Amino acid sequence: MKALDQKLARDLRTLGGQILTIALVVASGVASFTTVRGAYGSLARARADFYSAQRFPDVFARCERAPRSVLERLEQVPGVAVIEGRVTEQASLPLPWMTEPASAHVVGLPPGGPRLSSLHLRSGRPPRPNDDDEVLLSDAFADEHDLAPGSTVPAILGGVFRELRVVGVALSPEHVLVVAAGDIAVDNRRRGIVFMNEDAVAAATGREGAFDDVVAQLSAGASEEAVLAAFDRILEPYGGYGAHGRDRQLSNFILSGELAQLENMATQIPPLFLLVAAFLLHVVLTRLVQLQRSQVAALKALGYDDLSIGLHYLKLASVIVALGAALGLALGQWFGGGLIDLYRDYFRFPTLEARVDVATAVAAVAVSAIAATVGTFTSVRSILRLAPAEAMRPPAPARYRRGLTDLPGVRRFVPPALQMTLREVQRRPVRLLLSSLGIAASLALLVLGQFFGDAMAWLTDTYMERQQRWDVQVTLREPRDVGGLATFRQLPGVTRAEGMRQVPARVRVGPREREVALQAMVPDRGAEGLQRVVDSEGNVVEPPVDGLLMTSKLAEILGAQPGDGITVEVLEGSRETLTLPLTATVEEPFGLQVYMRSGALHAALRQEPMVTSVLLQVDGLAASSDAEAARDLDQRLARMRDVLGFVHRARMIQEFRAQSAKNIGVFSLVLTLFAATIAIGVVDNNARVSLSMRRRDLASLRVLGFSRAEISEILLSEIALQVLLALPLGLVFGNAMVTSMAAGVADPEVYRLPVIVTAQSYAFAAGVALAAAAFSALLVRRKLDRLDLIAVLKTRE
Amino acid sequence: MVEGPDKQLGEAVLEARDLTKVYRMGEVDVHALRGVDLTLRAGELMVLLGASGSGKSTLLNILGGLDSPSSGTVAYRGADLTHATGAQLTRYRREHVGFIFQFYNLIPSLTARENVALVTDLVSTPMAPEEALEVVGLGPRMDHFPSQLSGGEQQRVAIARAIAKRPDVMLCDEPTGALDYRTGVLVLDVLARINQDLGTTTAIITHNAPVGAMAERVVTLADGAIAETHENEAPVEASSLRW
Ligand SMILES: Nc1ncnc2c1ncn2[C@@H]1O[C@H](COP(=O)(O)OP(=O)(O)O)[C@@H](O)[C@H]1O
Ligand SMILES: [Mg+2]
Repeated sequence: MKALDQKLARDLRTLGGQILTIALVVASGVASFTTVRGAYGSLARARADFYSAQRFPDVFARCERAPRSVLERLEQVPGVAVIEGRVTEQASLPLPWMTEPASAHVVGLPPGGPRLSSLHLRSGRPPRPNDDDEVLLSDAFADEHDLAPGSTVPAILGGVFRELRVVGVALSPEHVLVVAAGDIAVDNRRRGIVFMNEDAVAAATGREGAFDDVVAQLSAGASEEAVLAAFDRILEPYGGYGAHGRDRQLSNFILSGELAQLENMATQIPPLFLLVAAFLLHVVLTRLVQLQRSQVAALKALGYDDLSIGLHYLKLASVIVALGAALGLALGQWFGGGLIDLYRDYFRFPTLEARVDVATAVAAVAVSAIAATVGTFTSVRSILRLAPAEAMRPPAPARYRRGLTDLPGVRRFVPPALQMTLREVQRRPVRLLLSSLGIAASLALLVLGQFFGDAMAWLTDTYMERQQRWDVQVTLREPRDVGGLATFRQLPGVTRAEGMRQVPARVRVGPREREVALQAMVPDRGAEGLQRVVDSEGNVVEPPVDGLLMTSKLAEILGAQPGDGITVEVLEGSRETLTLPLTATVEEPFGLQVYMRSGALHAALRQEPMVTSVLLQVDGLAASSDAEAARDLDQRLARMRDVLGFVHRARMIQEFRAQSAKNIGVFSLVLTLFAATIAIGVVDNNARVSLSMRRRDLASLRVLGFSRAEISEILLSEIALQVLLALPLGLVFGNAMVTSMAAGVADPEVYRLPVIVTAQSYAFAAGVALAAAAFSALLVRRKLDRLDLIAVLKTRE
Repeated sequence: MVEGPDKQLGEAVLEARDLTKVYRMGEVDVHALRGVDLTLRAGELMVLLGASGSGKSTLLNILGGLDSPSSGTVAYRGADLTHATGAQLTRYRREHVGFIFQFYNLIPSLTARENVALVTDLVSTPMAPEEALEVVGLGPRMDHFPSQLSGGEQQRVAIARAIAKRPDVMLCDEPTGALDYRTGVLVLDVLARINQDLGTTTAIITHNAPVGAMAERVVTLADGAIAETHENEAPVEASSLRW
């Protein structure tokens, strides 16, 4: 082996622990990059495969009821390649083990099997033709309730109770995520999809020879917009609710939101990690090379050229990067697999495989390698630029200056060890700053890792707490007049019952439109009501006396300003088109809402006040201590004919929390782990570098008679100073990162994350840094205790 | 030491003409060299004397291509070094010059043998590292790390490292500066023997005037200029030096 390579091998061995910690930093950068991007890639691929294998339609429309002959007219619309009319219905499933009934979307299967959105059978078989009671269940619902082929499920379909026999479990591309309209979270316990023979659904709902749901596949190059307009025109007389493309198909909409969110995270966060890791790699390598300044000079004096010296150090860097990359890729693979396992429960795809995106892996490794190369070469060059004679000369005694701490008044209070540290800092402020910047960056990553959990906790604990003051929300089968509320007030435990009117509508300004629900409280109690409008700051906002109060994001989408007239197409009843003024907007973290006063809404509709759902405040329920009372209420509600379904706020929030804990929680756990590794790596490396840089000074001090404790103090106060300076910097960086992430990560139409950094998150980040510092301090202390004075003083490094 | 019968003097190996070197130290200029003319002839053993700060190291570093003068010229066997590129200087150092420094400048992570190999890796017809270490009497300690060697032993490793590539010129900057008298004499003896046996042109810097007795020529620097040149008719053995 060449002597220079021998030196490399020895250096690697001596640096051992340090190389490992730098490699860990690199590994964290690479792993976070590949984990998140890999997870995104896997999901995107699974969706694309599933959609094309099952022929996911391009256009969706619903109407009240249209004769099947209308299908021919729809099929003739230019651009339509395949069309399929379906019969669907809502059913409630009073499962004996649940007190609140589950609800189901029932989809009729055409006699020859679906031509679009065909089902992927997980187990069992399709229903036999002409059998009215055999059904397939959506697989998430079946899993949740342990239902399998052979089980029976009670159902109220078209007002009639019947027992359905489960013959199979299936996946549909239209129901990858099952969300009941109006819900905030996927709830596979309370909501399922039932597939049965079309004739059976038609018979149960009196829709023989008719359809209420139509999907279409477009031919290549067709204009979706034109097809949607034509569908709307054709279905209008049959109570059409408005056709839409894939973008507004509920499951796909939510799925796209989640994917967009993941993609945003994948594009924004990992590069940040990688950049921080690269920055640290650069700083650390620069210092490693600086430490060998006189060795570089000696090699040069011996006749080694710049290139071979540069390559020598590059080899050292490559070993670190290679180690880090290998570790990072392995970790990324492992975490990616774990993330996908979690997603498999949530996203219902027939196959969801963890994938390693080769391009991502290559990019991650390349960024680290470039950072290492640049770091190495810049520092080697700075040494090579010195004439070797100068680099080799015993370093001139550093020029220290007297500073603030030397003022007579201050001096007395500054112990000598701290004094030495402070002088060192005054001499090399940039070095301290770089060290602190590195620690601050890792603190910021830690803060960011906590942010998603904090934001979700704020949404559920603070925001929704202020917004919703009800315990149970009851959805009515049909709109009812306000007098009906009295029945609910008589239920045991109910202290208040207030109604809510929701009217499906399309709001439009010029070419921009969205389907929403106009929402009003009946009776209108404003800020005293059970459901209030609350802005992102947590302030209660009352809808104006006339006109619309709109989520500001919706106003932005429509391009509308307060004062503008909004076209409102009512999508039920007399289906009027109104023009209402936009009076005010409100910044809200969830969804796109339009609020009105009950008086203004019903005046515009020219109706008596009606309610579509009822909010109940129930004594003792909130404490959830009284399970017996809750069950009693559930049973009474389930028996009421008007009631389509109901939900307990506490359970809904619990569900939402569990879901976000699973998805966001795991994600931020992974980020936190990587960030903590980086924090530890940085602090530890700084400590080690300080130690090597000052080894000679410290040994000399020992020789002069300083005790171990005294020289430790000098070094430890340096470490402490780095960390202390990093703490406030980290808070500032963390806030900046959170601000930019909050804007980029959430899908703005579903929710907008508030910029929140809690004291706990910051304390946690600071705690990790301090723990890392304490650990490094111990390590340094141990190394100092073993400092071989003679060996240090005898050789020059 | 007595001149060997086959030793030939005369041909100029290194020729410095009117060398000056100015270091800028903030507001003040330090004139380290103020017009030095010096010729180093093939096979000669020269001692460069002078008080601390008189410019000895500066001169030697310029001769060895480690540093460049502010004005004046240096030529190695007629080839101009003053206008040489970095790569040419590197080649010059690699092929022709052996350096020895006061602080040895060994690589601490390499053993004695490996430190020498560092140089033998570089040139086409080197001595074996073991042979070079035998020459300086360190055969038995070849596998020791610098931290396991005494100062004198480290300096002898540095000498072995310098001679292993069979250099044309040996430039030694205070090779005994960090050593006690007995060890210092040992090191000087090794240098004289190499000059004698291999015919290596050698310049030794020292601030110990008595060391001049072993040289064929003693040049004394004072305040950046040559104050005196003295030819020794009969150089003595290193072992008989006293200081
Ligand atoms: N890098 C430098 N910067 C400034 N002054 C220097 C530098 N190197 C040497 N000097 C000054 O040049 C003069 C000659 O130095 P040097 O050649 O090292 O002397 P010697 O080797 O004879 O002790 C001294 O005054 C010294 O302070
Ligand atoms: Mg000197």
